[in-house]
Amino acid sequence: MAMAQALPNDGVMRAADGTPLKVALARAERREKLKAMALVLPLFAFIIFSFVIPIIIMLYNAVYDPDVAENMPQTVVALKAWDGKDVPSEEVFAAFVADMKEAQKNKQTALIGKRLNYEMSGIRSKVVATGRKVATLDQAPYREAVIGIDKVWGEPETWATIKRSSSNYTPFYVLSMLDLRQNPDGSIENVPPDRAIYKSILVRTLGISLLVTVLTLVLGYPVAYLLATSPQRTASILMIFVLLPFWTSLLVRTTAWMVLMTDGGVFAGLMHFTGVTWFLNLVGLLNGEPELFKTRFATVVAMTHIQLPFTLLPIYSVMKTISPTYMRAAKSLGGTPFYSFLRVYVPQTLPGVAAGCLLTFILCLGYYITPAIVGGPTDQMISGFIERAINSENNWGKASALGVILLTATLILYYVYNKLVGIDRMKLG
Amino acid sequence: MAVPAYYTRGETVMYYAVRVFVALVLLFLISPILAVMPLSFNSESFFTYPMPGFSLKWYEDFFFNPRWSGAVKMSFLVAIATTILATALGTLAALGLARANFPAKATIMAILISPMIVPVIISAVGMFKFYAAMDLVGTRLGIILAHTALATPFVVITVTATLSSFDKTLMRAGASCGAAPHTVFFKVVMPLILPGMISGALFAFVTSFDEVIVVLFLASPEDRTLPLQMFSGIREMISPTITAAATVLVLISTAMLITLEMLRRRSERLRGVAPN
Repeated sequence: MAMAQALPNDGVMRAADGTPLKVALARAERREKLKAMALVLPLFAFIIFSFVIPIIIMLYNAVYDPDVAENMPQTVVALKAWDGKDVPSEEVFAAFVADMKEAQKNKQTALIGKRLNYEMSGIRSKVVATGRKVATLDQAPYREAVIGIDKVWGEPETWATIKRSSSNYTPFYVLSMLDLRQNPDGSIENVPPDRAIYKSILVRTLGISLLVTVLTLVLGYPVAYLLATSPQRTASILMIFVLLPFWTSLLVRTTAWMVLMTDGGVFAGLMHFTGVTWFLNLVGLLNGEPELFKTRFATVVAMTHIQLPFTLLPIYSVMKTISPTYMRAAKSLGGTPFYSFLRVYVPQTLPGVAAGCLLTFILCLGYYITPAIVGGPTDQMISGFIERAINSENNWGKASALGVILLTATLILYYVYNKLVGIDRMKLG
Repeated sequence: MAVPAYYTRGETVMYYAVRVFVALVLLFLISPILAVMPLSFNSESFFTYPMPGFSLKWYEDFFFNPRWSGAVKMSFLVAIATTILATALGTLAALGLARANFPAKATIMAILISPMIVPVIISAVGMFKFYAAMDLVGTRLGIILAHTALATPFVVITVTATLSSFDKTLMRAGASCGAAPHTVFFKVVMPLILPGMISGALFAFVTSFDEVIVVLFLASPEDRTLPLQMFSGIREMISPTITAAATVLVLISTAMLITLEMLRRRSERLRGVAPN
């Protein structure tokens, strides 16, 4: 009773223990929020540590590059005073000799050479050779002696390159993956056309992805329509044809296409049997039997096959929700079948089309396995070049810079997808 | 499949044209998978029809050559560990996400789903560098952790989808009847969201079981998984054993698909929206 007396009679609604209801509710909601966050936390922490942080560290390599700064510390300091026009002073050469002796002792000359070689091709072997010979130089003046070892040290451009790469951070990798380069004075220009190769890889990746997306839409839309409008029993049988490939591993499907596309294989046989080969020969598009393996054609066909369910299923699930009465209404109001379909049915399917096409386009950008197996050297996409930069060239800066470009493109599209479709409404199978 | 009587001639033509077109697309979808299967019984080591003879030798190689059978074992080990980890972490997170609105929920969801969207090559290269610093490259643990990160989005998505139709008052009913939170979860929530959990688990299993690129970077040469063995087999020397492996994998995915379809029908029946 003491409790009840303590309660002021001010018209505020209260919980059983006397706290105002508003406060009690806020407290309960806060507790509920904390519980919800506690449930999400383990996975969130796991994803941050095993996935997000590794990727951020990797991408950091696109601009972080201490190879020259760490291994030529004295030269870097001495070059600060250099005007960048003539061959540097004796002071710079003395620092250079000291650095090279140290680098030779620590077996770092190859690393320096490799780094400088990215910006000045052909210098790698000269750096390594100089490193070997520099040990014999033990007294000043060094300038003429070093130039005597290799003429390359007598060119201001060499020193400009060293000076440019002497910072721990460099825009070099990202710029060069966009076919741009930095001049000694810091301005940015296009590289000469004969060395501009990376933009074409980017364009190729976008082009193949776009073509595959369009093909999956053209092939998938009618299938989704029929699946959504057929009676349940027929639809579930047809669905098997879509879902079985969807559930079959990407590698298995790529393998299947590799087997079918081998020269003289099943696909070529089918083209021969149906007269397609004969027809293509007739119109002059082909000379003899087709060679399909390791071509752009094989890459696009295999990728279209793999991505088709990804485009089709979101369209199907939107079409399922469209009531057939709309079409009947359109027709009864005098619309021709084609006109009603185009103006009444198709607009309602657009959310599904956007979802499916965006998903397919995003996934296509990252393709590596399929082009690597059924494509030729000119069909490799960005992912393939990232793999090669690491496994064959051991060039982390390049791999990371390509990664930055690929990830930026993907995340922009992911953002659009999230705004347009909503990630929480994504459905599988 | 009769055309409705009121169709115009144009509509009738379209009706059949669409059906023929769809039949061809479905043929395109299914035929590569079916066409590769008979070739695994070829007695010669080339990939053309007609086959000169019938042989089981590629299956013998697949099941008894330690390179292949070891890879199969490794794949199952990694995939099962990944499935358990991913299902546990993903289900908890999905329960949390469905429970209440909290700050930055949409962003957190986007981050949790991102391993599915980020190109695998980027994940693989990043993990390679980071895991190398922690001595996890070349270990099974490293592969399992990496695959778990890639597989959890599928669990989060499927369980979230199931929870969206889950009646939350049931949890309160359980609690008001005196059940502890874990009892409510195991006796009330779990039986109802189990179909979602199982399909999420299947997705997680398949994600790990089919994954090549991460394994390409993280696996030690003697600890190859089945997809890696296939991939390097294709690059080095094409042996028809690959077609036998592909056939076995297609059978496994068919079994998965049937399980999933049965689950879907069961849950639809339970909700009283059964077809037919």
